[in-house]
Amino acid sequence: MHPFEYALARDADQAVAVATADPHTSFLAGGTTQLDLMKDGVLQPGRLLDITRLPLKGITHTDTAIRVGALTTMEELAADPVVRDRLPFVREALLLGASTQLRNMATIGGNLLQRARCRYFRDPTVPACNKRNPGSGCAAIDGIQRMHAILGTSDHCIALHASDVAVPLTALDAVVHTQGADGTRSVPLTQFYLPPDDTPHVENVLQHGELITAVEIPLLPAAARSHYIKVRDRVSYEFALTSAGVAVLIENGLVQEARVALGGVGTIPWRAWDAEDVLRGAQATTEVFRSAAEAALAGARTLPGTAFKVDLAKRTLVRTLETVAGAQS
Amino acid sequence: MKHTETETRLSGQSPPEVPQVDITLTVNGISHSLQVDTRVTLLDALRDHLGLTGAKKGCDQGACGACTVMVDGRRVVSCLALAAQCQGREITTIEGLSTDGELHPMQAAFARHDAFQCGYCTPGQIISAVCLIEEGRAETEEDIREFMSGNLCRCGAYPNIRAAIRDVKAAVHDVKGES
Ligand SMILES: Cc1cc2nc3c(=O)[nH]c(=O)nc-3n(C[C@H](O)[C@H](O)[C@H](O)COP(=O)(O)OP(=O)(O)OC[C@H]3O[C@@H](n4cnc5c(N)ncnc54)[C@H](O)[C@@H]3O)c2cc1C
Ligand code: SF4
Ligand code: FES
Ligand code: FES
Repeated sequence: MHPFEYALARDADQAVAVATADPHTSFLAGGTTQLDLMKDGVLQPGRLLDITRLPLKGITHTDTAIRVGALTTMEELAADPVVRDRLPFVREALLLGASTQLRNMATIGGNLLQRARCRYFRDPTVPACNKRNPGSGCAAIDGIQRMHAILGTSDHCIALHASDVAVPLTALDAVVHTQGADGTRSVPLTQFYLPPDDTPHVENVLQHGELITAVEIPLLPAAARSHYIKVRDRVSYEFALTSAGVAVLIENGLVQEARVALGGVGTIPWRAWDAEDVLRGAQATTEVFRSAAEAALAGARTLPGTAFKVDLAKRTLVRTLETVAGAQS
Repeated sequence: MKHTETETRLSGQSPPEVPQVDITLTVNGISHSLQVDTRVTLLDALRDHLGLTGAKKGCDQGACGACTVMVDGRRVVSCLALAAQCQGREITTIEGLSTDGELHPMQAAFARHDAFQCGYCTPGQIISAVCLIEEGRAETEEDIREFMSGNLCRCGAYPNIRAAIRDVKAAVHDVKGES
């Protein structure tokens, strides 16, 4: 690991000021992405600013939303009674991610900012990686592609966004609250991530030194009837090949409201707007669910190593919709 | 400007100054003051600075669970925590589980069920198993599998590990007067 200075952030204002003033300062939360990539030599900050003692932990509830402090751990969020009752797919996505040990460390802010699992990105001995080294090319496009994206890709990068919990949060239009040098702002998760285009090293709208303070999750009626399915190469403790997070409200056999997002397929957590359009107002039948899945994957661009994901993603979505519909009939 | 350590060595420059931190760690109820390189993880602090070699280094990347210890009563992978981050926290390692030379029930159950072969993953498995029961997640065989999945065992001792956990879980129920 490259040597670095360690400093404890005193308060949010100071943390933002210090990090904004120094491009070589990075925030340290649970460390499960940050330290991992520093050990690999992918990240080499000159200073780590430990934000774990800032008062950004804990969950507050209103009638219409919950506000999750950025330093709340994945385990803490999964254990929240409101999440359990009214946001089942958020809880499922959390508990199907990583391991209990990692979930006790990993924070919700850090989770949203986790970096690509692309093996070439994580190996600095590979010269070509536009995300790690802008303009150097993409080793994955001519390499081994299994854990890569098929939606939102570009000729410059096909890396996947691997967060599980970001999938239901994207479906729900969760909002990221931040504090930066220019004050505070609120960004819907659907506008937070940036697809790679020709700048894969720019992954989201955050400025350097801007701190995520909280994530606000709306409590939609449909979310009480939600489900997350994750398909993996092994039963547990593995990233998704494909996943689907679905919240639907069905009345008299008709879909009243539908929220759909996909994991394992997108360069960003993938909101399946087209699938929602097919579902809303339609009969809750497997035929309709299949049409929705077709619509969701219509824009897929595959490479030999990722071609299998199109069918798998469709089936994952159909299965998730059937499960939620089955529970309501 | 950034240099990798290798680049600096090859270029013949003097090595960059390596920042140190003074820290106090509370491990198994005993407080230790030490000065360490900022890069030292909790795992390295335990093993290389405090001589507590129970927690093992498997992958050093958060993936295998061999380094599992408790921080404030919760299981974590100590290879992905900086020692400096753990100040003021209560750290419990496998060495801290036994009391007055008597094995913790989970340690005894692992021995009874032969829940290991080479033993390298065992300290991490035992800490995780103790937490699993604390978390109320040893209710079903499926839950035990799922919530122990962060601890890999290259020797494949999984069936006996689960048997040891079931045993301790049953004993806890007996003590609490449940069925
Ligand atoms: C073995 C392994 C398996 C995993 N499996 C899964 C999985 O199945 N599913 C899944 O979803 N994830 C998985 N993960 C990823 C894990 O969930 C993330 O590493 C974790 O959520 C990151 O959170 P953290 O608090 O540790 O972040 P850190 O590592 O501390 O930070 C991550 C990044 O975010 C920045 N940051 C952190 N907090 C803030 C903030 N509040 N404001 C601004 N910037 C911030 C940091 O500077 C850093 O760049 C896995 C990780 C490992 C190591
Ligand atoms: S897919 Fe993206 S992260 Fe992976 S090698 Fe290509 S540019 Fe780098
Ligand atoms: S050594 Fe820490 S998880 Fe493998
Ligand atoms: S006993 Fe050998 S790795 Fe588990």
